[in-house]
Amino acid sequence: MTPRQKYIAFLTIFGKEVRRSLRTWKQTFLPPVITTSLYFLVFGTFIGSQIKAIGGVSYLAFIVPGLVMSTLLTSSFQNMLQKFYFLKFQKTIQEILVSPMPAWLVVFSYLSSAMFSGLAVGTLVFCSALFFQPISVAHPLLAILVALLTSGFFALCGLINAIYAKTFDDLSIVSVFFITPLTYLGGVFYSVKLLPGIWSKISLFDPILYMINALRYSILGFSDMPVYHSLLVIIVGIIIAFSWILYLFKTGRGLKA
Amino acid sequence: MKQALSIKNLRKTYEGGKQALKGVDLDIEEGEFFALLGPNGAGKTTLISITCGLVQKKEEEGKVLVQGHDIDIDGDDAKVHIGLVPQEINADIFEKVEEVLYIQAGYYGISRSEAKEQIEMLLEKLSLKDKRKSKVIELSGGMKRRLIIARALVHKPTLLFLDEPTAGVDVELRHDMWKFLRELNESGVTIVLTTHYLEEAEKLCKRLAIISHGEIKRLGTMEEICNGRKLEDVYLEITK
Ligand SMILES: Nc1ncnc2c1ncn2[C@@H]1O[C@H](COP(=O)(O)OP(=O)(O)OP(=O)(O)O)[C@@H](O)[C@H]1O
Ligand SMILES: [Mg+2]
Repeated sequence: MTPRQKYIAFLTIFGKEVRRSLRTWKQTFLPPVITTSLYFLVFGTFIGSQIKAIGGVSYLAFIVPGLVMSTLLTSSFQNMLQKFYFLKFQKTIQEILVSPMPAWLVVFSYLSSAMFSGLAVGTLVFCSALFFQPISVAHPLLAILVALLTSGFFALCGLINAIYAKTFDDLSIVSVFFITPLTYLGGVFYSVKLLPGIWSKISLFDPILYMINALRYSILGFSDMPVYHSLLVIIVGIIIAFSWILYLFKTGRGLKA
Repeated sequence: MKQALSIKNLRKTYEGGKQALKGVDLDIEEGEFFALLGPNGAGKTTLISITCGLVQKKEEEGKVLVQGHDIDIDGDDAKVHIGLVPQEINADIFEKVEEVLYIQAGYYGISRSEAKEQIEMLLEKLSLKDKRKSKVIELSGGMKRRLIIARALVHKPTLLFLDEPTAGVDVELRHDMWKFLRELNESGVTIVLTTHYLEEAEKLCKRLAIISHGEIKRLGTMEEICNGRKLEDVYLEITK
């Protein structure tokens, strides 16, 4: 395929998937915005007023980056997982496997469309937070970079999950046993510096902690660890996930009999 | 004559141990209308799926060349030439008929404006014009079949695989479809057809292979294989 043909193929997949996400906005965009708004209301406004400021900001402001990050990563993951599993389940993936599109292009096109949804949800959640608490973003460009990288990483994880999944039951394992616990233990609601000794050490093995802190630094200007640590963890994660997927496409694992 | 498809010693063992192909050799020349016959489970779909990149083949499991392109080396170049009408209907059920075709064109890097003429022609020829705005889920079985035939032709392939294309299509439409396929073949497209209707193969194809238990049992022209007998009798004798 020529570069122009690749570009058309990319636009075809991206356009098709984005249109579908927009068409099903009640499932894609609405639930995460409502859920996090409730978090802002309950933990931020009702309970948060009883909690003293962390790092010089109100408790509500403190939890905003964590909640934005957790919805962003969950949406990116779920969006890709459902899209791709459906494609496999319905066998429409065959149209793509038969076509001359190289594997990386297929992955990149799906990745972009899942990131679009993830980032849109993240943005909506952030905007809804502004209703409860005005926040000025300390490092806006860094915030965008962190959001892009995290969204990409989790979309790739969703793709890996979808490729390995054989039944509908396999769709929830990663999310229930890894993503949800690691998110809640990743410092959405607290600073790991406040944890007793051993717990703060254990927390450092949680990759989501780095992502949440990277966004917290970008938005609020402070975090539990240097931001370049966080960026390094995410970039390494993306490289591993992308290579893993290309390997799966090459060997046909989970995609071909 | 150049070969549209050349298969050398192709073997395939599925996960779980089922040996679906046991060393198949097959050469099909450009412009042929070729029938691949055989009972259920013979390995017809497996052979086609490997060629199209839907079933995994290891390098040591034989060689497949499509218009001279080795699928293990330049698979993406090989795929440009192939059109596939799969046995199982796999179109996206929530998409509109017309959209299925435009999306297919997109996968081959063909823009909407470039694809328009071909898609209009296919909608017309396969009697799908008044269904163009319907969702796939709303089509009858025979209409879905015609849609996936149209879909396979959007990018103007030179080698077309038809895996039981007329299953579930009514008598009248089947005759229209034969006419259409014959025209397509006359325009230069090489066609490989699998079917369980032997008279369909007799009507359309000059050469055929009869495959059973993963091996080609007979290969040749209709006359060579039948030798004055009825195809059905020969077929039953070979595959029993
Ligand atoms: N994905 C798979 N995993 C394991 N075995 C398979 C798979 N697909 C096909 N087989 C087996 O391989 C053999 C050949 O199957 P194939 O689908 O190629 O037959 P076929 O000639 O197309 O039959 P039919 O006329 O029924 O379509 C069968 O025994 C089948 O059970
Ligand atoms: Mg078959």
